[in-house]
Amino acid sequence: MTVMTIDTVPAAPSPDRLSRETLPVDRRDSAALPVRLRGVAKAFDRVTVLQDIDLDIPSGQFVAIVGRSGCGKSTLLRLMAGLETPTAGTIAVGSGARFDATAVRLMFQEPRLLPWARIGANVEVGLTGRPVTRDKKYLALEALANVGLAERAGEWPSVLSGGQKQRVALARALVSHPGLLALDEPLGALDALTRIEMQDLIEGVWMEQGFTSVLVTHDVSEAVALADRILVLRDGRIAEDVTVDLPRPRQRGDAVAAGIEGYVLGRLLGGDGKRAPVDVLRT
Amino acid sequence: MTTRGGAVRRALPWLVPVLILLAWQGGSELGWIRATVLPAPTDVALAGWQLLLSGELIRNVEVSAWRAGVGFAIGGGIGFGLGLLNGLSDLSEKLLDTSLQMIRNVPHLALIPLVILWFGIGEEAKLFLVALGSFFPIYVNTMHGVRSVDPHLIEMAQAYGMKRGMLIRKVILPGALPSIFVGLRYGLGITWLTLIVAETLSATSGIGYMAMNAREFLLVNVVVFAILIYAALGKLADSATRLLERTCLSWNPVYRNS
Repeated sequence: MTVMTIDTVPAAPSPDRLSRETLPVDRRDSAALPVRLRGVAKAFDRVTVLQDIDLDIPSGQFVAIVGRSGCGKSTLLRLMAGLETPTAGTIAVGSGARFDATAVRLMFQEPRLLPWARIGANVEVGLTGRPVTRDKKYLALEALANVGLAERAGEWPSVLSGGQKQRVALARALVSHPGLLALDEPLGALDALTRIEMQDLIEGVWMEQGFTSVLVTHDVSEAVALADRILVLRDGRIAEDVTVDLPRPRQRGDAVAAGIEGYVLGRLLGGDGKRAPVDVLRT
Repeated sequence: MTTRGGAVRRALPWLVPVLILLAWQGGSELGWIRATVLPAPTDVALAGWQLLLSGELIRNVEVSAWRAGVGFAIGGGIGFGLGLLNGLSDLSEKLLDTSLQMIRNVPHLALIPLVILWFGIGEEAKLFLVALGSFFPIYVNTMHGVRSVDPHLIEMAQAYGMKRGMLIRKVILPGALPSIFVGLRYGLGITWLTLIVAETLSATSGIGYMAMNAREFLLVNVVVFAILIYAALGKLADSATRLLERTCLSWNPVYRNS
């Protein structure tokens, strides 16, 4: 029987996660970064998008943020990635003093590859501003090999399919071994099978490299398939904090996962939690 | 079979010009076209041959090409620089663009009397007019190109830590390049147009001068030949730009293998 907990208070970091926060400085380049938000609010032209966000993400955790469109989930991610500044509150990525903006890497809904740069050169963009110990071309090839596209390094992005482009974007995000990977609905535009392949790929590299990961998605099953923890955003606040304690790599079609999915969907749709399929949760 | 099809397709664009040339020659032979209105193609070719032998042709083409090249480099260079500046900086755009658009709406050939007063009929006058004419297409298209670079790509580059210089080099300039090429081709067209007018009005050398001089002596075949030289030079410049375009924009499927 799989152990699973669902609670409405933020889950306390487990001891082994805490120990990873105090990694020695020399592993800084690949060390996962914790994220801490205190009283964060964001408004655009007096329209409040987010308010009272208090959030602790221990380093190495995979967090998914779900919510209806327009609930502010992308804004929350962009705040953490430093693309937006909060109207109020503080955001800390890493332990303050030695925070480096290039330790955060982003994947967008669109691949956003430079069409005039070869695929290898596009991956090298991910090394911008990062100290590199080896030849950039070598590192780019290595990252491309991780997503299974090493032999395409010399081609133009326009010859790739949508899924392949997104894999190149993943290689670009990971080539510098970021401390935090922010994923802004990166699989939203892909077909169902490609999406599952990409989910497995992302889970695989995450398990291998151990970076902190924040995924914004509208697909609850994707959140359950990937995340340690699902945050349900409603009316600009974190309405629910669900821990997904399932073994990895995640199996598809798992009954417990389906139970969590049903529960989160219920919270998203109903809001009062009454529609939660409690009988499934008791398995 | 395919090679023959390819040869036919390559020859196709030249079919109409060749037919026109044949009709022209035939019309002249039969006396339908008077030689004082339009001399026969063979007469024009003969005039060209004689000009080539006397060295007059080479000298005049050199002078005209020099004027076009230098004038275009000055005007295009300033246009590119200002287009880049105004595309990147809102302040600079607010400050300069309205003034430039006002000047743009004055046909630059209307300035010829003023330019002659300023510079006389020396080289400066022609260079000034050519530079002014080629400035605006390059300026407008560079600015438009810079402004229309996909903001998603710029955001990505900034999120990935690109500093301003690198952002311009790796994202903005390559993104603006297709539009800059449009300006380049258009600017080259204006360059020849300006040069023809400037050399016809006030010059002591160049193809335009050669044509005007021939008019004085009623050498219609030389006049027609000069016009053909302009056409050839314009086509040459355009083809060179196309080749450059295809090399620089090979990433774009639109320009690939055409």
